[in-house]
Amino acid sequence: MLLIDCPYCRQGRPEIEFSHAGEAHMERPADPETASDAQWEAFLFHRTNPAGIHFERWYHIHGCGCYFNAVRDTVSEKFILTYKAGEPRPAVSEIEALMVEKEPE
Amino acid sequence: MSHFSFPSLLAKAMGANKGWTRQWAKPQPKSRYDVIIVGAGGHGLACAYYLAKEHGITNVAVLEKGWLGGGNTARNTTVIRSNYLYDESARLYEHALGLWEGLSREINYNLMFSQRGVLGLAHTVHDVQILKRHIHANRLNGIDSEWLTPEQAKAFCPPLNISACARYPIVGASLQRRGGVARHDGVAWGFARAASARGVHIIENCAVTAINRGAGGEVTGVETTRGTIGAQKVALSAAAGTSGLMEMAGLKIPIECFTLQALVSEPVAPVFPCVAMSNTVHAYISQSDKGELVIGAGTEQYFSYSQRGPLHSLEHTIAAVCEMFPLFTRLRMLRNWGGSVDVTPDRSPILGLTPVPGLYLNAGWGTGGFKATPGAGHLLAFTVAQNRPHTINAPFSLKRFQTGRLIDEAAAAAVAH
Repeated sequence: MLLIDCPYCRQGRPEIEFSHAGEAHMERPADPETASDAQWEAFLFHRTNPAGIHFERWYHIHGCGCYFNAVRDTVSEKFILTYKAGEPRPAVSEIEALMVEKEPE
Repeated sequence: MSHFSFPSLLAKAMGANKGWTRQWAKPQPKSRYDVIIVGAGGHGLACAYYLAKEHGITNVAVLEKGWLGGGNTARNTTVIRSNYLYDESARLYEHALGLWEGLSREINYNLMFSQRGVLGLAHTVHDVQILKRHIHANRLNGIDSEWLTPEQAKAFCPPLNISACARYPIVGASLQRRGGVARHDGVAWGFARAASARGVHIIENCAVTAINRGAGGEVTGVETTRGTIGAQKVALSAAAGTSGLMEMAGLKIPIECFTLQALVSEPVAPVFPCVAMSNTVHAYISQSDKGELVIGAGTEQYFSYSQRGPLHSLEHTIAAVCEMFPLFTRLRMLRNWGGSVDVTPDRSPILGLTPVPGLYLNAGWGTGGFKATPGAGHLLAFTVAQNRPHTINAPFSLKRFQTGRLIDEAAAAAVAH
């Protein structure tokens, strides 16, 4: 069971309160009328799917009801950081600093 | 390679089982092959076998980053069936089922393939509707599939609880009698042995670290942890490793990896005669020849490569199994495990060419690749040898995500693929 720190509720809550909502920071084509099939394919279907650091959305469905973003390691399942929807994607250096801090655990 | 037969077993048994030889060779990698297959799971090994047998291409290497058959081939729940809804899927999985029948004899290896029947349980009026739709579609495609009343289902599978006051009442079931199970490790070993006997090199502990390209963008070989290996054709059959490998070729693909868990009970006397699956409560169960009950759960909700999953989803699955089969409530569970499954948006596999010349893709089998093992290998071998997809796997191209011609088994089959 993952413990997930909702950035709105500010507390670690069990995974069953949450619903996973896919990769974060996916950008819809700016002009849908002129976007090519390849652009739609990339937006709708192509995903990073990394073995490692992943930016993803979660939905606190049985809690505050808000969507937020998280940075999680898909190999160790460890949550490195959660942040509110609409906030910018954290820099790699920030994530790396947090990973070093958390390592002694 | 020695031929397995009753006289050979008897002779070796009389000789205290001395003199058995290695079932497949452990060669050093050469600097060049005609075809490289990445991933020595069931699919990759089957592809190597059919390349050698049907297309005369024996200068083949199967590269494996871990050990042979150590990924999803050894982690699935071994269910084999072909009762898929859409015509494209029906042809694909029926092609595989046709190859399963007679495969043990063909490769002289006991795969313990047992066509004991696969039951699909219906708990609600919606289940009845979708299962009957499946049955009609299957029959139009020439696939055996039939509808059972609760009483008929109980007669076919006596442990079933068909009481009207059950938490998940059973109002009927679909049955594919030709469906069943096979021993998954044996499938990898059998194909490895048959491929090795035809000259294929199986190279373990050899992870691919880069895909080399020529001036025109075509594949020229791979970099591995055991050196550079050249080949004009590289076929990827690496399940959860696919996204990383495709990235080496500069391609993004529509695949996400999830954990799928399974567990087995302590071994007991034969009590469960078939495979039973329930899409509504996300559980499926069968009994192995060793006597363990093999139980599969649904995928976890989040992406993962950890090959581990949480207990709460197993608890949910076991609760459903115990409710449907009350006699299992006192069974103890022996072990549980997880695998990382590569899932596409439409839950249908990708099998065919890629935009990179000489690079072939077999991936996205998600939660249901085991049943397709010989079929996937057979079609991938055809695609590699002919440099064009077979008519059966042509609809399963990577291009369908751009054209929109999806084969949406995700909507058709819920948990079970």
